[in-house]
Amino acid sequence: MDVFSSLAHGFAVALTFQNIFLALIGCFLGTIIGALPGLGPSNGVAILIPLAFSLGLDATAALILLTSVYYGAMYGGRISSILLNIPGDEPALMTTLDGYPMARKGQAGEALSISGIASFVGAFFATWGLVFLAPQLVKVALLFGPAEYFALFALAFATLGGVSSTNQAKAAFAAALGLGIAMIGVDGQTGVPRFAFGEVHLYDGIDFLVAIVGLFALSEVLIFLEHRGDGSGEGKHAQVGMGRIVPSWSMIRFCTPAMLRSTVLGFVAGVLPGAGASLGSFLAYSTEKAVSDREGTFGKGDVRGVAAPEAGNNAAAGGALVPMLALGVPGSGTTAVLLAVLLSLNITPGPLLFQQNPDVVWGLIAALFIGNLMLLAMNIPMVGMFARVLMIPPRFLMPIVAMVSFVGIYGISGSTFDLLVMVVFGVLGWGLRKLDVPLVPVILGILLGNLMEANLRRAMTISDGDWSVLVSSPLAVGLWIVAIVGFVLPIVVGKALKNRMHMAKEEPGSTVD
Amino acid sequence: MTLSSKLCGLAAGLAAATLIGSAAMAFEPEQTECIAPANPGGGWDFTCRQVGKTMQDLGLVPGTMQVTNLAGGGGGVAYAEVVNKRNDDSDLIVAASTATATRLAQGAYPGNTMEDVRWIGSVGADYGIIAVAKDSPVNTLPELMDKVKNDPTSVAFAGGSAVGGWDHLKVLIVAEKSGIEDARKVKYVAFDGGGEAVTQLLAGSVQAFTGDASEAKGFVDSGDIKVLAVLSPDRLEGDFSQFPTAKEQGIDAVGANWRGFYGPGGMTDDAYDYWVGAIGAVYNSEEWKKIMETNGLAPLDLQGAAFQDFVAQSISQIQDISREIGLIK
Repeated sequence: MDVFSSLAHGFAVALTFQNIFLALIGCFLGTIIGALPGLGPSNGVAILIPLAFSLGLDATAALILLTSVYYGAMYGGRISSILLNIPGDEPALMTTLDGYPMARKGQAGEALSISGIASFVGAFFATWGLVFLAPQLVKVALLFGPAEYFALFALAFATLGGVSSTNQAKAAFAAALGLGIAMIGVDGQTGVPRFAFGEVHLYDGIDFLVAIVGLFALSEVLIFLEHRGDGSGEGKHAQVGMGRIVPSWSMIRFCTPAMLRSTVLGFVAGVLPGAGASLGSFLAYSTEKAVSDREGTFGKGDVRGVAAPEAGNNAAAGGALVPMLALGVPGSGTTAVLLAVLLSLNITPGPLLFQQNPDVVWGLIAALFIGNLMLLAMNIPMVGMFARVLMIPPRFLMPIVAMVSFVGIYGISGSTFDLLVMVVFGVLGWGLRKLDVPLVPVILGILLGNLMEANLRRAMTISDGDWSVLVSSPLAVGLWIVAIVGFVLPIVVGKALKNRMHMAKEEPGSTVD
Repeated sequence: MTLSSKLCGLAAGLAAATLIGSAAMAFEPEQTECIAPANPGGGWDFTCRQVGKTMQDLGLVPGTMQVTNLAGGGGGVAYAEVVNKRNDDSDLIVAASTATATRLAQGAYPGNTMEDVRWIGSVGADYGIIAVAKDSPVNTLPELMDKVKNDPTSVAFAGGSAVGGWDHLKVLIVAEKSGIEDARKVKYVAFDGGGEAVTQLLAGSVQAFTGDASEAKGFVDSGDIKVLAVLSPDRLEGDFSQFPTAKEQGIDAVGANWRGFYGPGGMTDDAYDYWVGAIGAVYNSEEWKKIMETNGLAPLDLQGAAFQDFVAQSISQIQDISREIGLIK
């Protein structure tokens, strides 16, 4: 049986009135959940599990609903990143870098629509990748042992400095701060709590969602409060214009190479269990910046800087389904939830899933195509509606942001302790912004620091403390070479570029995080 | 404006959905809730959702059972929350497993003991397995343990729990029973969950896998891994019946990851009896038998006082092992 007849069968399964309706609901809810700071795809899916159960949906229908929410949330995360400089979920972090500056330049509409198109491209090709490459891609995941993962995360950190700030020292400080925060909690390799001070809430470490919402959303509120009297807070958002709702063809063509490159990178990052969408969008952005940033426009509202991470994170969302379906290993928090759903529907994901439950797999894949088209059709006309958020005066908008932050975080963990942690991060974010320290590296440090450390420790345990294990495979060596080149190249060739960047720099007080 | 108010409405609705906590005292349950002390996707979450769904299908609870994820501290946050804040809540049950007992035994829930809550019942057990990749030269458990005995650095065990956690303890129980004197020399690598650990076994990063039967089922069916031993007293039923127990191979090691529930310590006796009965009814239902079969869960039918004793015994056993290998003093 070849792929196309399987896929046709999948469409036959997915194209029922009920399933299309579920996909529509899922896409809509997902977009909104993704846009709300604090509520990301994994909570979105988790929240809707009881709904799927109480409706008595069969396995395929339940999966269609939940994956539509998943894809929808990946689309939705960009909205608040672009409009408010607050990432709606962690993979949308990188979209703030150019999305918000675009909105401030009066191009919010274009940023939203081009990122919607980029999301579509990423998700569309990733779904094809899932169709054709799933069995082969599993082998890629098996090439990555702890040493290779460590090299991959080292690569991410090596290219971090150039990404988010014109001041390398501040970016390095921010990353170190994030790495430090990542050390909090029980150390998996020894079972000993670190920096927990006997507080059981800290044993699991700092949830990066709490950190993101605190650093980005609450600090935004604090900045607004600070400037409330002098009018500058009010003025900040009033500058933001909508711009065109539908991007010009030339802009789409301009972004196409960026989208395609990012799709490939994001998809591969998604396939690796334990890397996931955040790494996907990060690598997509930093690669795109390295490849295309000739004029130093990245970070100042370059449309490719919006297209790349969005294509990357949506491709990663598709990629993450590969190890989940084919290995039963979740590649991200969301796929972990989906995996649990599969298990509770008495479906065992793993190497035999494609043979044992073809209806489920192919129905799901067909649903992904349908959901993706729906999301594109839904997102482009809604750009105007979303962008209208910007017309809300900050004195109304900011209390809403604060409220959504608190409700969102409490909704995830049900713990008041996390709310306090969030407030601490809010104050920290406010302080860092005043010092002009970029916030993105802090989050990346928290997000990737744990994984990087855990994999180093695993590699060292396996090798009995022999450091040469880190360069023992061709893949690891290759990753190290890319990491070194990525670190050194900007220093060498970046000088001339930097001068131009300084020339083009906007007013000094802008928060280009 | 309309959009933002819609957003707020949704957010409030979502929040409300996770905040159900009624103070009903009657043994007629009202708004039942199951706390999964971990993020969605893990074993505790699975236990809550599966049992909640079955109770709902059997009509044991009115409406749906609300599942709340209260993650943190390896279940310690939920434990403290139940003991300190929801001690009188009769509509509440909390998913627990051997991991809960392990942490209680090792004092990892500061200030709390097993007497602080009421242990309701078990819904099955997931027996441990020791496995190697299909192309490994090792074919039996004694062979593997001999390799460890001769050169502890030659075999790295991968498991899904942290050091000192249940996947690690299972290896130590086996090592102890096979006459390895210094169990601390056994190499154990902690991964984020059993799935990742199996993947690393397939990738060839490690030589052996320690986990639960259910975690490995997909890979056993596909023939990618070779199960050397099941850590159960007798052979399991179903697909796993082809694999020998450790006992058969002369290593008297049993490691069961039981799954069950506790409730608040201040729960009324009526409510306690109700929940004991409800868990028992779930356990005996056809639906649950099917779930157990598909998920590789083995029988472990203990409710009420019998379960309470079992947990106490399991905690003291884990304390003994942990003390012997120096995890606790």
